[in-house]
Amino acid sequence: MRTRRTGVTICIYLFLVVGACISLIPLLWLIRSSFMSTEDMFKLPLILFPRKLRLMNYVDVFTMVPFARFYANTIFVVVFNIIGAMISNLMIAYGLARIEFKGRGLMFCLSIGTLMLPANVQLIPLFLEWNWFGQIDTFLPLIVPAFFGNAFFIFMLYQFLRTIPRDFDEAAFIDGASYPVIIAKIIFPLMKSAMVVVAIFQFMFTWNDFMSPLLFLNSVNRYTLAVGLRAFISTFYTPWGVLMAAATLTILPLIILFFIAQRYFISGLTVGGIKG
Amino acid sequence: MSLPKKGLNAKRQTLWGWILISPLCLGLTLWVAFPMGLSFYTSLTKWDMLSKAQFVGFQNYIKIFTEDELFLKSIRNTLYFTVLSVPLQMIIALMGALLLNSQVKGKGVFRTIFYLPSLIPIVVSSIMWLWLFNYQYGLINYFLHFLGGGRVKWIDSTQMVIPSLTIMNIWNIGNVIIIFLAGLQGIPNDLMEAVDIDGGRYWHKFRFVILPLLSPIILYNMIINSIKCLQLFVEPYIMTNGGPVNSSLSFVLHIYNNAFKYGKMGTANAMSWVLFILTMCISLIIFKTSKQWIFCEGDKQ
Repeated sequence: MRTRRTGVTICIYLFLVVGACISLIPLLWLIRSSFMSTEDMFKLPLILFPRKLRLMNYVDVFTMVPFARFYANTIFVVVFNIIGAMISNLMIAYGLARIEFKGRGLMFCLSIGTLMLPANVQLIPLFLEWNWFGQIDTFLPLIVPAFFGNAFFIFMLYQFLRTIPRDFDEAAFIDGASYPVIIAKIIFPLMKSAMVVVAIFQFMFTWNDFMSPLLFLNSVNRYTLAVGLRAFISTFYTPWGVLMAAATLTILPLIILFFIAQRYFISGLTVGGIKG
Repeated sequence: MSLPKKGLNAKRQTLWGWILISPLCLGLTLWVAFPMGLSFYTSLTKWDMLSKAQFVGFQNYIKIFTEDELFLKSIRNTLYFTVLSVPLQMIIALMGALLLNSQVKGKGVFRTIFYLPSLIPIVVSSIMWLWLFNYQYGLINYFLHFLGGGRVKWIDSTQMVIPSLTIMNIWNIGNVIIIFLAGLQGIPNDLMEAVDIDGGRYWHKFRFVILPLLSPIILYNMIINSIKCLQLFVEPYIMTNGGPVNSSLSFVLHIYNNAFKYGKMGTANAMSWVLFILTMCISLIIFKTSKQWIFCEGDKQ
């Protein structure tokens, strides 16, 4: 019986290790390539590990295209998205979870319904709308929508609010505090960890978003990182080594953030994904 | 709130309720209803965004089904990708979650590693896989060659391009693994022990406890992932530009090309509506057929 048990354990480890390799190797390959010259990348037999780390690629990233500018643009857009998401979603979730009024059930359903809307299909219509407003090639189409709530976050905060006893806000209400004061002074401090989850996920969504900047931005010096990476790819000559360095620099903040705030990532996923 | 001023309170509450959710109402109007209306109107016109739009009625809809050969091809490609990806994603994510839920050391490390790929922006993973799939210089073919196999034309062949994109898509399944894992950890221990007492094997636990209890989570993720797959765009846009010979031309890529390459805004919007309806139908089909295999806690047997 014991040998059978060890056999099973070995099998599990084997699968886990294979899975881990499949997950990691592409990323390590990307980082390895970022330290190589394009010529070395196109050599057969393949050079698995570069003998000398070529740091030039990381310098070229900033001189070949306005990469620092892409970084600044992305951070600018991300910051406003986070602010917008935190304010609007907390407000909406509080309204839906705590205040009893006619029509809130319907609004909750409508909001959850938007989770089912195919986002990419919406983009051409949104493009038409922003074109109609005359705001193409500005940051507004990338920022403003964040201030109107997002069903994923509304649902998450709604679930979280239900775990906070109503006594807190009711006591304050009887003391004459108005709802904005209750939200800012009582609910917000109690929801800090949930707000961190909102901030982190909004960061990730905006940082990774490719389609909206592709549609809404035209000038190169307004590009965000996601679309900026494409500036390296050309039909005539693609500097692969430099592109890999740029890609590495793009994912670096995400990976750092993930290792700092891993538990928030996990809790955000599980609240959002388990109950639909 | 059972205070004497109840009537006033109710009114004030309603007012405050609507004030607090006003961003939601505005958002639904501004970013859902209005653009969809505008898009529907545009789908009835002929418009290149430069000259004035010409009203043509339902001609765009008729044309895409009768004259545009690429349209049906792009639907076929997208459906092929979805049908291939979603079941594989669910099975592999479930396997990953079951492995992580077993009694082994270092689970936290493996969980972190499995999740890492889903952090990576699609643009970056597209560039990365473009390189990994390279016929001559890619790591995958190097590995196959090393094992003694032949080189495979991944994204350069009409047959392999969609399966290649599927492989890539499965690579970042980590978030679903985490979601399934949380579901597994939520299964009460006494149910598992009951199977042990009845002399059941692991298979019985899986078949009669794990699968039924996890089924609502699987259903939800299946629908969300199907919607995502039907919107395939960035990968073919960056990696193949729809090629070779349009074999990876996805529905959304075709819409994008019509709107911004061929200057056919009306046609692009008509296609958006077709895709929208198609997506809704597929979600509905999954939802309806799920009645047979889904387990709701309400109807305990």
